[in-house]
Amino acid sequence: MAINYNSGAEAVIKALVENGVEVIFGYPGGAVLPLYDALFENKNIKHILVRHEQAAVHAAEGYARSTGKVGCVLVTSGPGATNAITGLTDALMDSIPIICLSGQVPTHLIGTDAFQEADTTGISRPCTKHNYLVKDANKLCEIIHKSFVIASSGRPGPVLIDLPKDIQLANVKYVNKVSKIEKHNNVNISNIDKDLIHKVATLLLQAERPIIYGGGGVVNSGPYASKLLTELVNILDCPVTLTLMGLGCVPNTNKNFLGMLGMHGTYEANLAMHNCDVMLNVGARFDDRVTGRLNAFAPNSKKIHIDVDKSSINKVVSVDYGIVGDCKEVLSALIHEVKKLHNQKSIKSKTKWWSQINQWKEKDSLGFKQIGNNIKPQQAIKSLYEKTKNFDTYITTEVGQHQMWAAQYFGFSKPNRWMTSGGLGTMGYGLPSSVGVQIAHPKSLVIDISGEASFLMNMQELSTIVQYKLPVKIFILNNEWMGMVRQWQELNHGSRYSESYTASLPDFVKLAESFGIEGLRVDNINNLETTIDQMIKIKGPVIADIRVEKEENCFPMIPSGAAHNEMILSSDDNHNDTSNEGLALV
Amino acid sequence: MSVYQKNEVEEVETSRTLSLIVDNQPGTLARVIGLFSGRGYNIESLTVTEIDKMRNLSRISLVTRGTSMTIEQIKSQLLRIVPVHIVRDLTLEGQFIKSELALVKLVVKGANRVEALRVAETFRARTLDVTLSSFIFELTGKPSKLDAFIDLMRSLGDTEISRTGVSAISRGNKTETKLLDQI
Repeated sequence: MAINYNSGAEAVIKALVENGVEVIFGYPGGAVLPLYDALFENKNIKHILVRHEQAAVHAAEGYARSTGKVGCVLVTSGPGATNAITGLTDALMDSIPIICLSGQVPTHLIGTDAFQEADTTGISRPCTKHNYLVKDANKLCEIIHKSFVIASSGRPGPVLIDLPKDIQLANVKYVNKVSKIEKHNNVNISNIDKDLIHKVATLLLQAERPIIYGGGGVVNSGPYASKLLTELVNILDCPVTLTLMGLGCVPNTNKNFLGMLGMHGTYEANLAMHNCDVMLNVGARFDDRVTGRLNAFAPNSKKIHIDVDKSSINKVVSVDYGIVGDCKEVLSALIHEVKKLHNQKSIKSKTKWWSQINQWKEKDSLGFKQIGNNIKPQQAIKSLYEKTKNFDTYITTEVGQHQMWAAQYFGFSKPNRWMTSGGLGTMGYGLPSSVGVQIAHPKSLVIDISGEASFLMNMQELSTIVQYKLPVKIFILNNEWMGMVRQWQELNHGSRYSESYTASLPDFVKLAESFGIEGLRVDNINNLETTIDQMIKIKGPVIADIRVEKEENCFPMIPSGAAHNEMILSSDDNHNDTSNEGLALV
Repeated sequence: MSVYQKNEVEEVETSRTLSLIVDNQPGTLARVIGLFSGRGYNIESLTVTEIDKMRNLSRISLVTRGTSMTIEQIKSQLLRIVPVHIVRDLTLEGQFIKSELALVKLVVKGANRVEALRVAETFRARTLDVTLSSFIFELTGKPSKLDAFIDLMRSLGDTEISRTGVSAISRGNKTETKLLDQI
């Protein structure tokens, strides 16, 4: 039997295939030429050529988030790797499994300031879950297999593998993946403390004002976790709210769903959080966008926190019960226990709690008045939702006001349908991300809800979209401002709009035409719906330039440094001057 | 505001000695140190050397300071680092031994030479090097003992100090053998 020798590059590709990689997003360069040679006419892996390495990572994130698989990236050394850093940090903050292969100068040149050399493992160390510099060709296969386990197990995250060019050219004996499941980060997931589950179940059943608050961990745990979360909500008949990252885990149509919580969450969700007596946090991390001022966060509640990452528990909010484990396993144990106890004693009546919540709902915090012919951005999202809800739709967004409006007014009935940069808040995320989503779901309707400023940050990806004939719909809420910056300047800096106007915008319709795709423009509310219809109907990619009300602000809002019960609902609301502590917050 | 005060009361910071078992490979120490600087934790002392050649493992002894919530955070964050296998909180576990080595060069002439030797003898320091105008002493023991010795030496003349940082181990007959076998 012949021993199976490959070049390092061939071994890398083989290992990717063995780990289930079908698509890789990348950009070639000197230090990855052997890898690109191995990819040439390879039938197992489809390479998508992006136009910037940051976009490669975002595309892989979109791919990963919409499928639950690991996203794969290939970039060259030096600038290729440094360009990928924003994407890797984004994936780390939002816990997205990514494998990033980067080229490196040959091992004997490392440390000599060679052409296109950068200390890639040094630079990427704090923005990856783990990284490797492969210096020994014999360890190449093992490292790649291990990287996939690290990226996708526990709390997922990006793993970078730096591959010197001589390693890519070396003779390597291919080693298969070992089937045993390795334990990483000392998380022993299968060991759920039964006593703890019993205590928590009892607490939930006895609560008078309970609330469940779910986050991205539920999405990461797989679609079954979302089903379980919805089941638990229905059994307990308690209110549920979701973070930006968790939207879709509980269908927006569920009667117990209060909408998103946090800085731009609904009034009822935030007040229910503030006034609850028992809070169950499933796979969220008490982010500052969610908690508002920490010392006033749900002051009189018992808090339970389920998270796969032990370091998330008691990081910023100290909780009464922390359960370390995968959401679906903990939820399944919890539901089992709740059902068992439920047979013995009845659930506390929540009539009073619900009537209180319904009172808050009457405030209609997402209400807005569409008057005149100008398009309110809220209405644009609402109409987009109404027109697309019966399609197989995936939404990506950039960062800013349009992102919050999308989160508020677009409804998600399933997980993995909503791709947005939550933790890092990366403008320019949405367009490349939609590339990855559309590659994964060629038949689906993929819409990038964008702002004109964010769009400009990665608009080179139009070229990628055209090359691969991806029918992505780019829905730009164009108000000619970096809207969220402008809003904060209005609220906190005396309306001194320093550098937040997006001057010298392109004509988006002509821009579309220059790429050979369709461009649409609408500035009158009466034509909004027909424009959306038209956009959906067009088979190829579309840029829809939606000219919206220029100075609309995003409400409701918890001003920085304020608490959940200090929300402002509209511009007319008496807004106290932001505290000095608040001014320092982002 | 009174009902909201509970989180604002800052808990007392205490010193903790942690003992880590990590893979002896390039970058591991950088990950540990990067975690402390990136997240704003303190390092008061840090030592690291290989302890198991067969398994390629090193021990990091680390002294840090913080509230109990911060210390818990540090321990959980350390465990997220892939090549970190074991994190032990020796301060929490019970009694442990903390030891450090110092090399002290003292430039001294005249009557103070006798005084220096007398102090060194009292502290059971070894004399490693002698010239007509200097000594080099080696001293091991608790950091506080080393502090006291160095203070005395400084008052006797010009000094140059090199200290290893704290190395620590728990007292009693328990070992880590079982834990190490699971790695």
